[in-house]
Amino acid sequence: MGLPGDWEMVVGLEVHTELKTATKMFCGCANHFGAQPNTNVCPVCLGLPGSLPVLNVRAVELAMAIGIALHSTIAASTFHRKNYFYPDMPKDFQISQYDLPINKGGYLDLPDGSRVSIERAHLEEDTGKSTHLGGTGRIHGADRSLVDYNRSGVPLVEIVSGPDIRSSAQARSYASSLRAILIATGASDGRMEEGSMRIDANVSVRKPNAPFGTRCEIKNLNSLRSLQRAIDFEALRQIELIESGGTVRQETRHWDENVGATSTMRTKEEAEDYRYFREPDLVELVPSDEWQGRVRDALGPMPAERRLLLISRLSSPSETQLDAVEVVIDLGLEDYVHAALDAGADASLALARAANELAAGLDLLSNVTFTAFSSTLLLEQSGTLSATQSKTVLGELLKSGGDPASIATSLGFEQMSSESLASTVALLIDENPDEWERFRDGDEKLAQFFIGQVMKQTKGQANGKDVIKELHARR
Amino acid sequence: MKSAEQIVRDVRSGATTASAELDDALLAVKARNEELNVFLYVDEEGARRQAESVDAAIARGESVGPLAGVPIALKDNLCQRGIPTTCSSRILEGWRPPYSATVVDRLLAAGAVPVGKTNLDEFAMGSSTENSAFGPTRNPLDPTRVPGGSSGGSAAAVAADMTPLALGSDTGGSIRQPAALCGLIGVKPTYGLVSRYGLIAFASSLDQIGPFAKNVTDAAMLLEAIAGHDEMDSTSLPEPAPSLVAHINDGVAGKRIGLVRDLVDGADEDVVQSVLRAAEALAAEGATIVELSIPEFRLGLSAYYILAPAEASSNLARYDGVRYGLRVNADDVTAMNEATRTAGFGDEVKRRIMLGTYALSAGYYDAYYGQALKVRTMMISAFANAYRDVDLLLGATTPSVAFELGSKVSDPMAMYLSDIFTIPTNLAGDAALSVPFGTGEHDLPIGVQLLGPGRSEAKLFAAARVLEIAEGR
Repeated sequence: MGLPGDWEMVVGLEVHTELKTATKMFCGCANHFGAQPNTNVCPVCLGLPGSLPVLNVRAVELAMAIGIALHSTIAASTFHRKNYFYPDMPKDFQISQYDLPINKGGYLDLPDGSRVSIERAHLEEDTGKSTHLGGTGRIHGADRSLVDYNRSGVPLVEIVSGPDIRSSAQARSYASSLRAILIATGASDGRMEEGSMRIDANVSVRKPNAPFGTRCEIKNLNSLRSLQRAIDFEALRQIELIESGGTVRQETRHWDENVGATSTMRTKEEAEDYRYFREPDLVELVPSDEWQGRVRDALGPMPAERRLLLISRLSSPSETQLDAVEVVIDLGLEDYVHAALDAGADASLALARAANELAAGLDLLSNVTFTAFSSTLLLEQSGTLSATQSKTVLGELLKSGGDPASIATSLGFEQMSSESLASTVALLIDENPDEWERFRDGDEKLAQFFIGQVMKQTKGQANGKDVIKELHARR
Repeated sequence: MKSAEQIVRDVRSGATTASAELDDALLAVKARNEELNVFLYVDEEGARRQAESVDAAIARGESVGPLAGVPIALKDNLCQRGIPTTCSSRILEGWRPPYSATVVDRLLAAGAVPVGKTNLDEFAMGSSTENSAFGPTRNPLDPTRVPGGSSGGSAAAVAADMTPLALGSDTGGSIRQPAALCGLIGVKPTYGLVSRYGLIAFASSLDQIGPFAKNVTDAAMLLEAIAGHDEMDSTSLPEPAPSLVAHINDGVAGKRIGLVRDLVDGADEDVVQSVLRAAEALAAEGATIVELSIPEFRLGLSAYYILAPAEASSNLARYDGVRYGLRVNADDVTAMNEATRTAGFGDEVKRRIMLGTYALSAGYYDAYYGQALKVRTMMISAFANAYRDVDLLLGATTPSVAFELGSKVSDPMAMYLSDIFTIPTNLAGDAALSVPFGTGEHDLPIGVQLLGPGRSEAKLFAAARVLEIAEGR
């Protein structure tokens, strides 16, 4: 979306990602989404009097892995306390890194060739989760508030970009590339819908080459779509405000997905004084060169490199193929595509099935072997399975694994005989004389209509290409 | 009352049983607890179980721990599973910790018998044990006087012969000062020597758990049993517990001991005399006494009253009525937090929370907290510098003998000055102890303070033992 006149937006993102450790940041409780409330808790993550934090080494390694992938400098770092009262924070302070983060500086290159600088990527602990009943769903005015401390003490890394982003599409691309890196490093599962990746956007507007305008921070954007919409809304709001003679007030804003608008949460004057000071219960964190080296060596190639490798196997790739490559790289599915290409599958088909069918079942991927994926595609390519059947087989593979050919047999997916296809086509031509007439006159679009009808009639058992062949034979 | 050393020997030999020793302790508690207000909670049932298990182990011919059968008192800021733990505050009303402090687990493993929880200044903030929500503790040697604080209950338990050992915590002198006022050995170990896991924090970077005992050997036995690395405390030193009892009679021959003018100036004359006599006694055993001055010590008190309240303001934030302890209901959560904290905390705690919050606030941080951190760094180098020339330092523990109840409660500054000689050690993270040496006004005990660098406990105990012998004990 373009901005009116010569206005330019300036955006920086703060991305919070939960780290995929087995245990929490400062205690041995399971770091696991979806357990019964208040079951993964202990004196430490409940902040009971006398308890003390002990840093999870694995969380440090994942934070370093993120830093390495973002070309950051890994430095000796310290922890601070960020003090404020809130019921879902059991100590009424959050342990976070402040002036000395573990990862300093760095950058992230986006697929369009632009580069976004990284200011820092630091470690901190998550809070519990509040649910407010009655009232507006916010804490004030609620009849009752429930707090689940399972999330309390889950390790987080906050990645802060420089104010380098100039469009909502670029912001989205940054978030999506960053997510790919988080997944690739094993740091996070990147699931925005489960809150394991949350984004705050700092947005301001200016005329070209003018100094930065006053920024507003939009909190807790939970999807790429919200991110993009919220930034566009906010930039336009600020432009309209300025053009109508107003001035932008520095404040924190809330994005309402249903209304499609941001609204004031709190102004700068209302901002808390967090009274940061060194966390006296933790010592300085000094990752040795040897330790950093081990983390570095354990890292596989990062998305940018993997993207190039995959694209190099496509001969003059189409837009559709490149879009699919993005999805496949973001979700780390390219090993399936490589295996299918090795087995002789068509590139477009392999990319499409990975970017759509496999992507829809990320949780269940472990059920699908590379061979099973490749065999399914080859069955489809040879015409043994129709496209619809092939998708169904992939769905079954995700659910329960197994051998594609046996699954096809057990589902009754046998190729229609050419006789029965011919008779079905003949029947449909009789039933749809007008459409047939137009097809005969050369309107190729009508082929799709007949394929659709045949598929409906045969419950997807027919092969689209065969249908076209049959239609042409009768024309 | 028998020493801890004697009890362990007798329990092991069968001359007595842990249960019989516990009976004696419980009788002593019953005899004077009402008058002195030492124990806030006596865990008779748990103590009996522990004593019986020690006796049973001995009956089976099994080896028992180094503190087998010794009754011990715990300051009520140490968590013990299932036992009410209050920090002498209304705010923790009804709370029973679901876990035990590392020191408590180690005591139980060593065969010690925890008898109950002792009174303290609320959240260890005070120097007289008068800031307790459950009333003041009285000095067993003169019940019109304070036992010192904040570990006054633990000091009184030992001084009143209720238990031969007790644990306290020392943030700015809260073990050494009551030890001095009650005529006991009191030790502030090197920061990190004893795990703080399960010690309810006052000022995390200064707090350290340590022993009270009537003699140096008992104190060393207790410290050996609780010291050493604990993976639950990130600030815990990596080494295992040091060997202390084995070095108790090493003496001070050839040691250089610095008599610090700044740890004597301003003390009452009787206290000064005791320190000078202690220097002579150490010299008589072959130590070289070097008079020196460490002017940075004078900055300690002001830095401490920024740093400790700042950490406390954060450590005590969790008492908000949401999860445990007192809750005073109100219209919304913020009002509930306020009402709870207003009702739950006493005046001194509120004063320090306000001081600390102010010192950390935007716009004031650099002038107060930042400045105090610099003083702390100066203090560390000042000590390190002194220890390049001498092995240990010597001075007074407190400016005066035990003062009368109520005499300083309305004047916080006068009360804060009680800790002027003890605070520097906490800021540096070093070790120090107070050992009784002579008596002063009203025949009350005087404590002299021995200070040493980190992990110098064995040398400190050896020097304290020299003074003990000089006193004919």
